[in-house]
Amino acid sequence: MIPVQRTPLYEEHVRLGAKMAPFGGWEMPIQYRGILPEHEATRTASTMFDICHMGELEVKGPTATADLERLLTLSVSTLKPGQCRYGYLLRDDGGVLDDLTCYKFDDEHYWLVVNAATAGRDADWIRVHLSEETEFEDISSRIAKLDIQGPTSRQGIEKAIGAALPDLPYFYSEPIRVMGIDCLLSRTGYTGEWGYELYFPAAEAVSFWRLFLESGIQPAGLGARDTLRLEVGYPLYGHELRETQSPVAAARGNFIARDKAFIGKATVLRELSDGVPRYLAAIALDGKRAARDGDRLFTDAGEVGVVTSGSLAPSLGHAIALAYLDAGLCEPGTRLEVDLRGKRLPCVVVTLPFYKQGTARNKKTTG
Amino acid sequence: MESPRNLRYTNTHEWVKGTKELKVGITEFAQEQLGELTFVELPAVGDSFAAQEEVGVVESVKAASDFYAPVSGTISAVNEELQDRPELINSDPYGEGWIFKITPDDEAELDQLMNADEYEEILPQDD
Repeated sequence: MIPVQRTPLYEEHVRLGAKMAPFGGWEMPIQYRGILPEHEATRTASTMFDICHMGELEVKGPTATADLERLLTLSVSTLKPGQCRYGYLLRDDGGVLDDLTCYKFDDEHYWLVVNAATAGRDADWIRVHLSEETEFEDISSRIAKLDIQGPTSRQGIEKAIGAALPDLPYFYSEPIRVMGIDCLLSRTGYTGEWGYELYFPAAEAVSFWRLFLESGIQPAGLGARDTLRLEVGYPLYGHELRETQSPVAAARGNFIARDKAFIGKATVLRELSDGVPRYLAAIALDGKRAARDGDRLFTDAGEVGVVTSGSLAPSLGHAIALAYLDAGLCEPGTRLEVDLRGKRLPCVVVTLPFYKQGTARNKKTTG
Repeated sequence: MESPRNLRYTNTHEWVKGTKELKVGITEFAQEQLGELTFVELPAVGDSFAAQEEVGVVESVKAASDFYAPVSGTISAVNEELQDRPELINSDPYGEGWIFKITPDDEAELDQLMNADEYEEILPQDD
């Protein structure tokens, strides 16, 4: 068995009284004060998340662009320096090995930011599909990552570091210096709010964490991260995305550049053209009782779908779920029932995002 | 964590108070494990249950968990306050967070329940 890993911030979490639990092979903070107040603080102010468990893979060299173009579903060659883009790493049969963000620094230098549980497998897959001249390194253990998210995150970071942040458009990054240390800041995140992901040397993890904490940015755990991402309909690898299924059912044609060759493309094109039996759908329940991963959806005709993620949506006051649902029933407004361990509750197909007031894409910070 | 000495306990983490009419809730350990409660499904007054039968559901942001009848009997009251304020179970599990009252069919069944020392024996030791 692989031993559970700890981020450089483990002791900080314990000191703050966090509830710790395993996630993706790592012992991670699930909550500090509570999932509900941490969720609320992210929607209305700002919070920081220890995301050191996620992987960073560095790809360099004159053949890097062409190699990544072939490995990823997203368009790599159209990225501008400093831009980043979300997409998938697929197997030959189209199965999703991972969902990731590709950061471009220049034509010969990229980072892939990948999920914790899949980072090793991704690295193995990528290594064997690179040209000889392409340099590859898994730099995950050297890089710390803090996500600082929420409408006041810009002001919060500026106050902590005593300097103004660059005006970054959504999904762009820029190098910045914090306490004399070179870092990478991107305007990205997994909460639906205006926010940043900050990458920096792992040796600075504790000092940066304390800097932000002492300047008033509250920590939030993976519990709130999950309710925040679910409210805006972002998929979670292992729930909505998996190795045995192409991304078509989850994302239809999104995050897929059809005008280039990539591994897994044949399956993706066929499924886009023929359709698949079930698509990812957004489901709303009336009450607070939540459907969970694996709960089944029904109509009078029988079973029509299965839930992949579900929770109370704290910002909405009722339960929500993502589910794979029969293609003919995905129209918003369609009434269904969900079976919660023998009890059937009514639910309805709705449009994503569930929570529509997120500030992530705003032109100006609202804080 | 210290469990009140005047209560009896089940191995499914309910506490039980009284003899003729039993007041039942979930323990400090159970609420701590579940985290912030968001929903409680209560039984109906007058419903009858066998010992260890599912009586209702408590649900937190992360998980749902059944609670069970500590003895065979009939529900005589439920804590309606929990419909709007399930978090009372978190803040005061042995007081305002009580869940239901049950009248036992046979008071002798109470002998099957654990005392506080016995209950603490079944809790994980590392906390």
